[in-house]
Amino acid sequence: MRAHWRILVVDDEEVMCESLAAWLREDGYAVDTAASGRDAIALAKTTDYAVYFVDLKMPGGLDGIETMMEVRRLHPEACVVIITAYATVDTAITAMKEGAQEYIVKPCNPEEISLLVNRIIKVKNLQRENTMLRKRLSRRYKFHDIISKNPRMREIVELAAEVASLRSTVLIRGESGTGKELIARAIHYSGARAARPFIAVSCAALAETLLEAELFGHEKGAFTGAVDRKKGKFELADGGTIFLDEIGDISPKLQADLLRVLQERSFYRLGGSEEVRVDVRVIAATHHDLQQAVQEGRFRDDLYYRLNVIEIRIPPLRERREDIPLLTPFYIERLSHELGKEIGGITESAMKLLLDHDWPGNVRELENAIERAIVTCRSGTIAEEDLAFLVEGRNSRPWTVPADLTLADLEKLAIEAALRRSSGNVKEAAQKLGIDRSTMYEKIKRYEIAR
Amino acid sequence: MIVLGLAAMDNLEEDLLAAMREALEDNFPGRVASPPPIGSPDAYDPSRRQHNAPLVLKRLLTLFPPGVDKIVAVTACDLFIPMLSFVYGQAQLDGRVAAVSVARLRPEFYGLAPHPPLLLTRARKEAVHETGHLFGLVHCMTNTCAMSLSTNIHQIDLKRDVLCPACRARVWERVR
Repeated sequence: MRAHWRILVVDDEEVMCESLAAWLREDGYAVDTAASGRDAIALAKTTDYAVYFVDLKMPGGLDGIETMMEVRRLHPEACVVIITAYATVDTAITAMKEGAQEYIVKPCNPEEISLLVNRIIKVKNLQRENTMLRKRLSRRYKFHDIISKNPRMREIVELAAEVASLRSTVLIRGESGTGKELIARAIHYSGARAARPFIAVSCAALAETLLEAELFGHEKGAFTGAVDRKKGKFELADGGTIFLDEIGDISPKLQADLLRVLQERSFYRLGGSEEVRVDVRVIAATHHDLQQAVQEGRFRDDLYYRLNVIEIRIPPLRERREDIPLLTPFYIERLSHELGKEIGGITESAMKLLLDHDWPGNVRELENAIERAIVTCRSGTIAEEDLAFLVEGRNSRPWTVPADLTLADLEKLAIEAALRRSSGNVKEAAQKLGIDRSTMYEKIKRYEIAR
Repeated sequence: MIVLGLAAMDNLEEDLLAAMREALEDNFPGRVASPPPIGSPDAYDPSRRQHNAPLVLKRLLTLFPPGVDKIVAVTACDLFIPMLSFVYGQAQLDGRVAAVSVARLRPEFYGLAPHPPLLLTRARKEAVHETGHLFGLVHCMTNTCAMSLSTNIHQIDLKRDVLCPACRARVWERVR
C-alpha cells in the first residue's frame, strides 16, 4: 500500500534531493522535493506527507531542526527523518529530543534506508487501519464524513447540523442507497445525545408482530417463545436516538403504536401492564412518497405530521454527479486498503464512464462498483475495462432514445461506444456497426472522435 | 515496435552482455539492439572513489544513440547516488536511460573466487530490473520477481531473472 503515501525530501542540494526522490519513487512512493525549509513548510501546509527527509544543514532561513519543528506543529503525527553529512552526538540528541523519528548519516546503506521507510510506512498503515476499524466498530460518523460539493447536499448538512442538538423528529427522504442512515448517524453523533445509544431498525425487514416486539420489547410469556422479558429498541435507545428506516412500510396497527410513543413518550411492552417512559429522539427514513401514501389512506396523516417536523430530502446521485469525482478516490483509497490491493487511482476514461452512469442504486451502487473494479483490476489504476459491467448492466435495461439528440449525435455515440468496446480497434468496431473501415474513418474524422 | 538498446560503457565480457541482452529479449516486448560502446561513464567522484549514477544518466541522455527508444548502459564501475553508499543500477522511472553496474555483482567484490555463471545470472536480473523501471514498473512485493527491491547481494540471488505475471502484464499493457 505504497502509492497512497507521499514523502517529502528537503535538501538545498538539488542532486541529493532528486536522487533520493528518484530512488524512493522506484519503490512506488509519491515523492515531492523542496530546496529549503520554507518551501517544505509551504508544501506541508497543502499536502499531508507520511515521511519527511530533512537535511540538517540548510543555508539561509530555517535549518533542518527548525523545519522539523514547524512541520510537526502543522502535523503532529508527521514522521521526520533528519539527514546529515556531519554526525555529532549533540545534533543527534537535539534532533531526537525535538521529535525526529530517526537520524541518519549520509551516505547511508540502501538497506538501512529501505528498512527505515518500510518501518515508518508499516506503522502508518497500521495507524490508518486502526482508525478505520475503530470508526467502523463504533460507526460514529460526523458531518465531515459526508463527502459532497453539491449545493443541495451542503444545505442538507447545514440543516442537519442545526437540528442535531434539538429533540425534534426528523424525516429523511431519499432513494435507496443515498445515505439516509449516514445522515441520521451524523445528526445523532453531532448532537447532545452523541454519548447515548444510536439504534437503527429496518422496519421493512421484519413482519408486523416481530417488529412490534422488536420495537417495544415483551414481557415473559407474552407469546409462545417469549421465555424472558426483553427490552425493545425504544428502551435500548433511551436518552439517545432511534432510527426507523423504511417507515413507509409499517402496518396501520404499528402506525398507531408509534404515534402514541411520539405523543406520550411512553409505551407498554408486549404482554405488559407497566408503562415504560423513554426519552428518545426519532429519526425516520423512507424512500416512499409519504404525502401520497397519506392521500391514498395508506399512512396516518397525524403520524406523518408528527414525523415530518424537519424534512430532509437527499438527492439521488444522478442529480449530484459532481460528487462522483469526490466520492470515487475516497472509496478507492478505503476499499483498496481493505482489500489489500495497491490501486493508485482511476483513468480519465473510466471516470467518464462513472460520470455517465445513471446510478439507480445511488452511492451504495457506486461503492459496490468501485469494490468490484478493484477486485478485478490488474494494473495499479482502475481502467475502463474494469468497469465494463456498468455498460453491460446499462444495456440490459430497456433502452429509450434520449430527448434532444440529433441523428448525428446518435451516430457519434454509437461510434464511440463501438470503439470503446473494441478497445480502439477501428476494423472490429466498423464490423460491429456494419459499415466498412473507410466509412468508419471518415465518420471518426467528421465527428472528431478521439481514439 | 519498441527498440531497446543494451550497450557497454567500458570493456566488459561479451558473454556478460549477451546474457543481459537475452534476458531483455525474454522479458520485454520489442527488439533488443546492440549500439556501439558508449565510452566511460565519466562521472568519477574522487572523494567517494565511485561514479555518480545521476551524472551517468545525464551523460547517457547526451550520448543517446540513434535508432533506439530506451537504452540500458552497462558499466564495470561502482555507482552511487549522493544519499546512498552504492546502487546496483539507476534508471529514469518511465524514462529513456538506465545504467547497470556489475561491480558489486562479481563474487570477487566480496573476497570470493570468480564464478562466471553466477555473475551472468546476477547481471541478467539487474538488467531486467532497471529496464522494468524504464517501462514504469516500481518495486514488486513478490520477492522472486526481478522487480523486487534488492539492497544486498543475497536479495539479488534470491530473486529470479524474470518478471512476475503482474509486472509482465503491466509492461505489455503500457506498450499496448
